[in-house]
Amino acid sequence: MDQSLLSTVGDKLKTQFGNGIISSEMIADFPVFIVNRDVIDEVVKFLYHDETLAFQYLTTLAGLHYPDNKGHELGVMYQLHNLQKNHRIRLKVFFSIQDPVVPSITSTFSGANWMERQEFDFYGIIFKGHPNLKRILNVDDMNYHPMRKEYPLEDATREDKDDRMFGR
Amino acid sequence: MSKIEKSKIEVVSSPPGIEGPGFFATSIDKAVGMARANSLWPLPFATSCCGIEFMATMASTYDLGRFGAERLSFSPRQADLLMVMGTIAKKMGPVLRQVYEQMAEPRWVLAMGACASSGGIFDTYSVLQGIDRIIPVDVYIPGCPPRPEQVLDGIMQIQKLVETESIRRRDTPEYKQLLAKYNIE
Repeated sequence: MDQSLLSTVGDKLKTQFGNGIISSEMIADFPVFIVNRDVIDEVVKFLYHDETLAFQYLTTLAGLHYPDNKGHELGVMYQLHNLQKNHRIRLKVFFSIQDPVVPSITSTFSGANWMERQEFDFYGIIFKGHPNLKRILNVDDMNYHPMRKEYPLEDATREDKDDRMFGR
Repeated sequence: MSKIEKSKIEVVSSPPGIEGPGFFATSIDKAVGMARANSLWPLPFATSCCGIEFMATMASTYDLGRFGAERLSFSPRQADLLMVMGTIAKKMGPVLRQVYEQMAEPRWVLAMGACASSGGIFDTYSVLQGIDRIIPVDVYIPGCPPRPEQVLDGIMQIQKLVETESIRRRDTPEYKQLLAKYNIE
């Protein structure tokens, strides 16, 4: 099922968006499409409204950070679900950490509102067109994005811990 | 009839003073201190597993009621003792501080467990590394979580403080200085 799903969805996306779809492959049993970030909102909208595809449920959305992937350090992963046929696909976009802007998909999925706020909070990804892009989980006056890998996990204000003994 | 002999039931003894037939004289500090120490109204600010251990402390086996702290106050305005039990996230910090500020004098704070005392295992960007960063603390109870015996010991330490403190601690320069350090009016 999954291999055929990869080609049906892939073919439809290719004819609709052409170069907007960068690559498609199976990762384990999951069809994964890497999409140009400029068209991601259009791709999600197309997958939602197309009658045969009908990916009308956004399972999750997550930020990604690969510091060694120069020029494409940051990313967003979207996982979509067709509830009638139980088809699931994954979309990914990658972009530079210098320019962490990606179009918001809140016009298609209202549920993406808080998810995008979370990824803004933790990765500093700016979702263009988001109605209320501000921190959601961390304190409002936090001045960095803690899930980016250049920041240590530990609280920076501790002075009583010796790094040699606490593996910092 | 219970088998406990009446002579074995311990009650709070009177504070040191001068006693004679028909009268007893002591200082008001000592009398008030004794009364306060044996009628604490704790406010349980329980956020995680230490709160569960506190429930065991309140229940019949350990029974905090024996120490006069039977009545929990869920309003900070009527509480004497703020018991902070559990991890305090940085986002919870201002809430905890407001609860402390709403308490009337005299007030005491007890930090129960590793998280409330120092952040515990949660040495991370989202967790407050000890509540003493935002409010003054009188007694710390170590443990993860502490056993009810330790909580009782912590309460008894608080009682000792309450008994021996001057009646208007809030007027002392040390106390004012302490609050000023935390920017609390």
